Amino acid sequence: MPRADLTIIGAGPAGMAAAAEAAGAGLNVLLLDEQPTPGGQVYRNVDEAAARRGKILGRDFTRGRALTGALNHPRITHVAQASVWSVEGTNVAYTAPDGAREVVSDHVLIATGALERAMPMPGWTLPGVMTAGAAQIMLKQSGIAVREAVLVGSGPLLYLVAVQLLRAGCPPRALVETQTRGDMRHALTHWRAALRGWRYLQRGAAMLNELRNAGVRRHVGARDLALLGSRRVEAVHFSCGGDLHELPAETVLLHHGVVPNVQATRALGLAHRWAPRQHAFVPVLDRWGLGAQPGIWGAGDGAGIGGARVAELSGRIAGLGIAHEMGALSEAERDRRAAPLLSARAVEMSIRPFLDRAFPPYAAALVPADAVTVCRCEEVSAGEIRRAAEQGCAGPNQAKAFTRAGMGRCQGRFCGLSVTGILAEMQGRDPGEIGYFRARPPLRPVTLGEVAALHDPDDPLVQAGPHG
Amino acid sequence: MKPDLRFELLDKDAPRVTVRFAGQAYDVPEGANLAAALLAAGVDAFRQTAHRGVGRAPFCMMGACFDCLVEVDGVSRQACLMQVAPGLDIRPARQLREGPYAAR
Repeated sequence: MPRADLTIIGAGPAGMAAAAEAAGAGLNVLLLDEQPTPGGQVYRNVDEAAARRGKILGRDFTRGRALTGALNHPRITHVAQASVWSVEGTNVAYTAPDGAREVVSDHVLIATGALERAMPMPGWTLPGVMTAGAAQIMLKQSGIAVREAVLVGSGPLLYLVAVQLLRAGCPPRALVETQTRGDMRHALTHWRAALRGWRYLQRGAAMLNELRNAGVRRHVGARDLALLGSRRVEAVHFSCGGDLHELPAETVLLHHGVVPNVQATRALGLAHRWAPRQHAFVPVLDRWGLGAQPGIWGAGDGAGIGGARVAELSGRIAGLGIAHEMGALSEAERDRRAAPLLSARAVEMSIRPFLDRAFPPYAAALVPADAVTVCRCEEVSAGEIRRAAEQGCAGPNQAKAFTRAGMGRCQGRFCGLSVTGILAEMQGRDPGEIGYFRARPPLRPVTLGEVAALHDPDDPLVQAGPHG
Repeated sequence: MKPDLRFELLDKDAPRVTVRFAGQAYDVPEGANLAAALLAAGVDAFRQTAHRGVGRAPFCMMGACFDCLVEVDGVSRQACLMQVAPGLDIRPARQLREGPYAAR
């Protein structure tokens, strides 16, 4: 079986930075990623897209080239289009274009990033509705821009995608924003945090200015959202300031924040805690990113939402921590190199309380109305979850057995937090007490052929078998 | 709005190849993300859901939601994790209307 000192899952900013740091300290690193090119979602296809569309995507995107460039190192093996389907201890199984493989390493770093927070509302499963991140990925990877988009939700990414579409020559039709002016007033109580992150605020103000100058309409404080259409989306319905609106829309882009992708850390059995400000679960890790299991580390948005720069810093910090554990760096050297990274991370994180308060998730999508589909795969409504709760179903795993919510192909990635939220509301308990779906390998659908390909005919256990 | 006007292709000079989806031919940019290319070519529904039988199209474009599931060479694949190659013969993912779905 092939081995590596460190296997990293995910070639976003955290994974790439950790790879560079660990390889620089002398470790052999295997970097596995699902995409054809490194970058993760935030720097998706950055090497090509920065050259072709750098002006549209902006400098916060093109700076990702420094990270992809650093992967060109003799001790880093980057495997593209590698889909990891099992992480058991430090054994990782994946399928790459040339077949299924298993690798054993001393350390594994989970850097699988974030998912967009599901935004269940009437009509959100209709064709023509996708996440704002999905539209941005189409722009980055394929040079395809959505025309006449209606962006719905809240948060800085909503503005960024709107501005990028505008620069691509496709001004959005409107922004329907769910945060209120009151949210911004509350957020300003974190003014110290806001001041420390003034660069972000300045950039935010510049984006709003660009949209205003282009005449893009913003509806702030929208409520009672519903996406209308029969075979595909046709309109966005909402109320705003006492008025009812119905905007025609061919493409609706949803976004109200991102949440850690915890499939791998959950499958490993790491402890997770409820982060109330982020409205999500995060794995419990020490400041280097080490979990409560030997050799299992986490970094980046998957370890708690901080954005691309925090992810990069966390990746470097974890890389140093792992190099020290492997004996490649003394404790003093690790600490000396990590000190500026740790303080830079603290500064970057200080804006978060302000952002989380200014752009909270759309409340009606956290505990959707009965008729709204919560589990997209198995088509289970919020009402079905509530009925299961009334019948005595105590937690998410029972709700899964009662309703099939979370049993579909996405394995609960998009309904997990909704099911937890609905049960917490029904039982009047904290989401942290309710808990979350159990995750098990395979983390993605895998064929029997891929599993069988891992079979080593020279393995003595196989030869001793009854059919050997 | 006509389906092919919902998206703007910025790289207009990209070489194009023909792929088939549900039996129909589409000219799409070679090497492009398959899900993005089919959307921009006007494909509305990539599959029908198992329970309610309604259409679905790519939602997350990052391999997480499985709404872009299609069938290529008898294997179900996520279109958003594939690239356009000449001659691809793509079918909507097959529905399963037995087992747990029959009871619901």
